[in-house]
Amino acid sequence: MAVCIAVIAKENYPLYIRSTPTENELKFHYMVHTSLDVVDEKISAMGKALVDQRELYLGLLYPTEDYKVYGYVTNSKVKFVMVVDSSNTALRDNEIRSMFRKLHNSYTDVMCNPFYNPGDRIQSSPGGPYFLCPYPVQVGPTSCVRSSPGGPYSCVRSSPGEPYSLCPIQSRAFDNMVTSMMIQVC
Amino acid sequence: MEAAAAAAAAGGGCGSGPPPLLLSEGEQQCYSELFARCAGAAGGGPGSGPPEAARVAPGTATAAAGPVADLFRASQLPAETLHQITELCGAKRVGYFGATQFYIALKLIAAAQSGLPVRIESIKCELPLPRFMMSKNDGEIRFGNPAELHGTKVQIPYLTTEKNSFKRMDDEDKQQETQSPTMSPLASPPSSPPHYQRVPLSHGYSKLRSSAEQMHPAPYEARQPLVQPEGSSSGGPGTKPLRHQASLIRSFSVERELQDNSSYPDEPWRITEEQREYYVNQFRSLQPDPSSFISGSVAKNFFTKSKLSIPELSYIWELSDADCDGALTLPEFCAAFHLIVARKNGYPLPEGLPPTLQPEYLQAAFPKPKWDCQLFDSYSESLPANQQPRDLNRMEKTSVKDMADLPVPTQDVTSDDKQALKSTINEALSKDVSEDPATKSGLLPPPPALPPRPCPSQSEQVSEAELLPQLSRAPSQAVESSPAKKDVPYSQPPSKPIRRKFRPENQATENQEPSTAASGPASAATMKPHPTVQKQSSKQKKAIQTAIRKNKEANAVLARLNSELQQQLKEVHQERIALENQLEQLRPVTVL
Repeated sequence: MAVCIAVIAKENYPLYIRSTPTENELKFHYMVHTSLDVVDEKISAMGKALVDQRELYLGLLYPTEDYKVYGYVTNSKVKFVMVVDSSNTALRDNEIRSMFRKLHNSYTDVMCNPFYNPGDRIQSSPGGPYFLCPYPVQVGPTSCVRSSPGGPYSCVRSSPGEPYSLCPIQSRAFDNMVTSMMIQVC
Repeated sequence: MEAAAAAAAAGGGCGSGPPPLLLSEGEQQCYSELFARCAGAAGGGPGSGPPEAARVAPGTATAAAGPVADLFRASQLPAETLHQITELCGAKRVGYFGATQFYIALKLIAAAQSGLPVRIESIKCELPLPRFMMSKNDGEIRFGNPAELHGTKVQIPYLTTEKNSFKRMDDEDKQQETQSPTMSPLASPPSSPPHYQRVPLSHGYSKLRSSAEQMHPAPYEARQPLVQPEGSSSGGPGTKPLRHQASLIRSFSVERELQDNSSYPDEPWRITEEQREYYVNQFRSLQPDPSSFISGSVAKNFFTKSKLSIPELSYIWELSDADCDGALTLPEFCAAFHLIVARKNGYPLPEGLPPTLQPEYLQAAFPKPKWDCQLFDSYSESLPANQQPRDLNRMEKTSVKDMADLPVPTQDVTSDDKQALKSTINEALSKDVSEDPATKSGLLPPPPALPPRPCPSQSEQVSEAELLPQLSRAPSQAVESSPAKKDVPYSQPPSKPIRRKFRPENQATENQEPSTAASGPASAATMKPHPTVQKQSSKQKKAIQTAIRKNKEANAVLARLNSELQQQLKEVHQERIALENQLEQLRPVTVL
């Protein structure tokens, strides 16, 4: 039951940070930022040995009064940082490991998308993509089309010449995975 | 005017459908004028307006879908009513608005506007003329009736413009026979659905793009005097119709809704047969093997042409790549394509992949088309052709397996050379043999790499055809030859021809050996068989010479390769030394 999950790129800038909205997000951003030093330390500590032998899961990076921070590094130096509530007792190590593994798998799926350029932000548009049909599309087209009011299309980007490289990628699957992790222990 | 003729047509031509229509004088005039306007707008040339009606023969006139739809909508009746009317008047059944159908429709509109139920019976009685709000700025009308129309489709010209070709495609697919050429006022997509399919996607996209750029020149105002060049459907895609497309399509889409609502039982996420064929053809253009997949980058380039935004495309990819492997199989590709098409037509994307687009469903619903098998046959044909050189390679290699340091026979002057070169550099014939199956199996997975291969190998095969019999004969002969002729099996095939060239007598001897079984010394044996095997030796000489030439070329190539690789090796060595030095220098610092 993470309260904050972050994906940091190899160059140590965030690709994705998400925290439970109830809390002060800035606090978590700061915690993640400071945890990067610990991550680097742990990586370099094992640096003498071959990279292959280094385990991906880094374990507890550092504990604070209220929170515990766990880390995980992929072979391409992409870091996952997870902040967990300390009061959430009995979150066992292997549970954290499995959560990281799932995160890694979701991240791999995002990478598989050819429209995702490594180094881009991983993002779902706020409030869900506006071009989505708000109603399930199982019946005929009329219901689908009528149900979406004329409003949403007003914000459809109509310029085909948009610079694609600046667009953050939509990744709902990854987002959903993170959401599920915040709600429950995976 | 056409009043009389129209009346006659109305009276006489509607025997198959609703009962004969009796029109009053005023009605006749009004209807014929309206009909002329709708039909004239359809049949006239560019730039001309309704007054072209005189040119149109009344008997054969049909009103185009666009103006008819606009007209109906201008009557300000609800969509369902209009739909009922079009159904009743018989236009749905026959697929076009002939004079009869049009008049009946108008009469029904009048009835509806008077508050009568939309029935055939209601038109029997005397009715006031139907009222149409024919204003110049029909845009207002359209915006004013969002409830009737599908607001999303209508309000944004950009989207509806894009809907153009694909919506039509959908429509035509779903209503195959009921659409006649007159219902397709668009120039570039011709009327018949199969013909339409031939319009390449890229063209369609470019057309859409250019139409999008011109979307804003007040299509609303341009609609009334609009001329729909339906006659130019056979003429290639012109930029001329693009200007008209916006309103055309809008009206057409509404028309489609009017007409097709009842015959549109499928969801928008159901792929029809023709759409499926189109997708499969596109898949084929990207990837010849239908059972293989398209890589992510190829698909990305292809789908980017659709001019959808990257987030949308990536979302579509997320939906359609079910196994998240970064590549699209045929059903996944069809699903993705279909989603793109739907999106371009203005349909919002679903939250999840609809069941009709799931790969399993698609695979089950649509058996593989025939061209798959043909393609596969040709593919498998090319495969054995490719395998033959390998087999021969292997055969020759096994024949000289005892020799460790001989260069591999250079049958193919392709990338196989590099592998052969590597194997010779490693000086392990066993490796050769093991690499052969590797290269052979390597043929199967990457089909795109396959097509270039058969060509050189096939061309070589032709020249090798002569050589190979000799070579195959040579090893067998070598095996058979006496111990005194151990030189012969010693030689690898390239040197064997050389040997032969220098010692044709020897070869003649070898040829003769199985027959005569004389294992005498070469010189003695040459005397006897000379006259008898002269013919054979000349043929063999030619073959040998060609083989020699080829082998020399191959040798030259290999030598060059060798030198290049040696050079690279040297450079890499130097780099390594430099890096190691750097590491040593930096090491003390990192310890801190």
